[in-house]
Amino acid sequence: MNWEVVIGLETHAQLRTKSKIFSGSSIAFGAEPNVQASAVDIALPGVLPVLNREAVVCAIKFGLAVGAQIAPRSIFARKNYFYPDLPKGYQISQFEIPVVLGGGLTIRVGAGDTATEKFVHLTRAHLEEDAGKSLHEDFHGRTGIDLNRAGTPLLEIVTEPEMRSSAEAVAYAKALHALVQWIGICDGNMQEGSFRCDANVSVRPLGQKEFGTRREIKNLNSFRFMQQAIDFEVQWQINEIEEGRAIHQATVLFDPDSGETRSMRSKEDAHDYRYFPDPDLLPLEITADWIAQVKSGLPELPQAMKARFEADYGLSPYDAAILTGSRGMAEYFTAAVDVCNQPKLVANWVINEVRRSMSEGASDQEGEPLASEVRDGLPGRDVIRIPAGKLAKLISRITDATISNAGAKKVFIELWTGPDQEVDEVIERMGLKQITDTGAIEALVDEVLAANQKSVEEYRAGKEKAFNALVGQAMKATRGKANPQQVTDLLKKKLGA
Amino acid sequence: MSDLINSSLRELSAALAAKKVSAVELATLFLDRVEKFNPALNAFITLDHEKTLAQARAADERLKVPKGTQSAGAGDPAISPLCGIPLAHKDIFCTKGWRTTCGSKILANFVSPYDANVVEKLAAAGMVTLGKLNMDEFAMGSSNETSYFGPVKNPWDVSCVPGGSSGGSAAAIAARLTPAATGTDTGGSIRQPAALCGLTGLKPTYGVVSRYGMIAFASSLDQGGPMAKSAEDCALLLSAMAGFDARDSTSLERPPEDYSRDLDQPLTGLRIGLPQEFFGAGMDADVRAAVETALAEYRKLGATTVEVRLPNSGLSVPAYYVIAPAEASSNLSRFDGVRYGHRAPEYADLAEMYSRTRAQGFGAEVKRRILIGAYVLSHGYYDAYYLQAQKIRRLIAADFVAAFKECDVIMGPTSPSVAFAFGAKSADPVQMYLSDIYTISTNLAGLPGMSLPCGFGNNDMPVGLQIIGNWFGEAKMLNVAHQYQKATDWHTRMPGGVK
Repeated sequence: MNWEVVIGLETHAQLRTKSKIFSGSSIAFGAEPNVQASAVDIALPGVLPVLNREAVVCAIKFGLAVGAQIAPRSIFARKNYFYPDLPKGYQISQFEIPVVLGGGLTIRVGAGDTATEKFVHLTRAHLEEDAGKSLHEDFHGRTGIDLNRAGTPLLEIVTEPEMRSSAEAVAYAKALHALVQWIGICDGNMQEGSFRCDANVSVRPLGQKEFGTRREIKNLNSFRFMQQAIDFEVQWQINEIEEGRAIHQATVLFDPDSGETRSMRSKEDAHDYRYFPDPDLLPLEITADWIAQVKSGLPELPQAMKARFEADYGLSPYDAAILTGSRGMAEYFTAAVDVCNQPKLVANWVINEVRRSMSEGASDQEGEPLASEVRDGLPGRDVIRIPAGKLAKLISRITDATISNAGAKKVFIELWTGPDQEVDEVIERMGLKQITDTGAIEALVDEVLAANQKSVEEYRAGKEKAFNALVGQAMKATRGKANPQQVTDLLKKKLGA
Repeated sequence: MSDLINSSLRELSAALAAKKVSAVELATLFLDRVEKFNPALNAFITLDHEKTLAQARAADERLKVPKGTQSAGAGDPAISPLCGIPLAHKDIFCTKGWRTTCGSKILANFVSPYDANVVEKLAAAGMVTLGKLNMDEFAMGSSNETSYFGPVKNPWDVSCVPGGSSGGSAAAIAARLTPAATGTDTGGSIRQPAALCGLTGLKPTYGVVSRYGMIAFASSLDQGGPMAKSAEDCALLLSAMAGFDARDSTSLERPPEDYSRDLDQPLTGLRIGLPQEFFGAGMDADVRAAVETALAEYRKLGATTVEVRLPNSGLSVPAYYVIAPAEASSNLSRFDGVRYGHRAPEYADLAEMYSRTRAQGFGAEVKRRILIGAYVLSHGYYDAYYLQAQKIRRLIAADFVAAFKECDVIMGPTSPSVAFAFGAKSADPVQMYLSDIYTISTNLAGLPGMSLPCGFGNNDMPVGLQIIGNWFGEAKMLNVAHQYQKATDWHTRMPGGVK
């Protein structure tokens, strides 16, 4: 039987606010346990939450970026359950009326010009607070509680069950990852848990309308694990069904060591969270003015920029998609184009040389450069080491025929290792300047023709290959410094071709 | 000195200003009375003489700056009239460095690291904290019988309850162990004990007094307020307690008010609304007689009475006992033994730590309400209970909006009966819940309400008259109460046993 995979994703993006969503504590990562936990965060008797409007601004930005409806009035609700790292015994979240409704993202699945586009619809996005952390490792027979993370603002972004493969799920997650960083609401650091996904996965016979029973894979914190986890889960579900067993709704965890998913709890022991509107918080009211104000501060969005690159610069959809894959990449590209006005050349250099150099030095687990790296220069991640202005200058040295393309690549490598050097200095030092003096080249060509009479005769007899040999000899004579086109033209002239 | 225990706050303030008495002497006077009478009454559950006297000494320092001068010497351009006057806090208010128990075993050893907004404000005014007052556990009760620290006795008759949940506050003021106290009112917890102990107490409009640092029972209903001997005293206290607080999202951003401003306005032309629902069966004859007499007095003062209708008020008790437990079940989840408070000494695993800690830490009434609350919020019951109750709540508020088109204030009894004997209702929760039948609708609507003494009923126990004001009508209510208290002396009566 042919099976269709159905995937919906829930993503928790930690918002880049200065303080927590309901208290004034810092949310910086890596502090000593419990030093960033205030009276409100540890839920002392009598304390009350106060909404951080910065978190709301992040939600509005996201809503605008995905073309969603921003609720003029949304409600914070309490999700009640007991856990030691949940100090109040409830999490403040949004349930019935979330702040962001609908909208969606265009994703690109596959590589190169054969990639296809797909629009993934979002169900909703809502604001909520994170829990603290339970630390089991350092304590024998005990659990340590660190409440630094308790109250960190999160935006939970939920898709419709529209993805049909792990590749689509990963493409969506990457697009979302790039977008939240693009609009500056999340640092995207997956290792630190700033961006984590849960995948709801089910399978159904191809053509069947009803969804199969889903299982939810929790806490996927890398794109590779997401792909592995979904692939394993899909195969597991298909096997179960084909062997006559039913799928039961469950929450599962992915074990990266075994590459398998494992059931955490079944639906039977699912919590009844007893949601109800939090009486400590007023309904969140967002006026049209507030939305307009946030909108005016929003950068050009990736889809719009991609379309502009295609239209204004004549770039292919594939190239434009890569260049708008991250805001840092796009800004770098734009800055270089602004200097040298050679969009296509810059695009080629950024897509090929820059990205290759980045991925060679990149420590990222995906082996692929990420957007924020350029902007943030976060420690442990690679950055574009050559400033856009220098790349532009290098490119203009190709277009003004100072150096050859091959020479430019040598300069590029040199600059990558020593970005403080000046382009012209490096060209000079490496002796890569092309000979542009026609007289000098002509003299060299004459020498080559005189020394290679055999090839000249062969060429005249109709052997095209002999011409290439002559070009080679001429280039050799100039030690590669002559412009190959110029040499070719001269040779043709001399041979009366 | 002995007349000081019956003095109004203004009189105490004048005595302090005139150096007839110092703040230390006043504090000592009341602490001595606490020592003498509290063992029989059990109103105070935490005392700290050193802290009290330190606060009193600080107040005396501030009082050295002559009133009316702008002398920068002591840095006090204007001294509050409350400076140097003692008061005591209901143990629901967090007080820095003091044990704050909320009447529960689960917080029996909890010392708060911070002050509630109300505590902060009254301290800033220079008031001197005498101690912490007993209360029904987590403010759940109408008789003070649910306190982990034992029941408070009514100073008018120690075999009777003082009312609840602010029973410690009421008993302490009635016995002149403190001139004033803070209270909180979720369904009548200021007004009912004020009525049962012959005091004046005011529950403000929801959002007028910050809830920050006030341990939550039912967040959408809880309001802190003053309790004292008279409306004049309550007006002074409320002016110091009220005001916007950015740490409480439900606190209302309104300009500060002087709640004493209208005290002396005559009542000519005042329209008093009498809801027929408050004067039906269910009210004891002695209470009815006292309330009717008070209404006659108001007519003498120039007021007219009009009948109004509050057709949905009969639904207030059932709606309240859905909403309040629902919120409480969630509010009390933080008492889990993980970070502070009682933790069961022995447990096998996490689930058992929770269940034993909470089974040991909470009393029967609190457990009952947590169970009710969890039930009405649970999947499949939420719509039938919680949502319905919220709808009723809106209907009740709409009733009041309609009623206030025809009157300026609403009056009726505060409680259907005078103080009852210990044990009389504790076996029957529903009977106990009906003690608050006249006060609960005010909380559901977020309206301000007051109780003031209006005579004595059976066994010479005090009867309370309830005044319900329009939203933000505190100053009007206080005016209406003060004019009555100028014409009567019920509020000056003192129980015989504590003289």
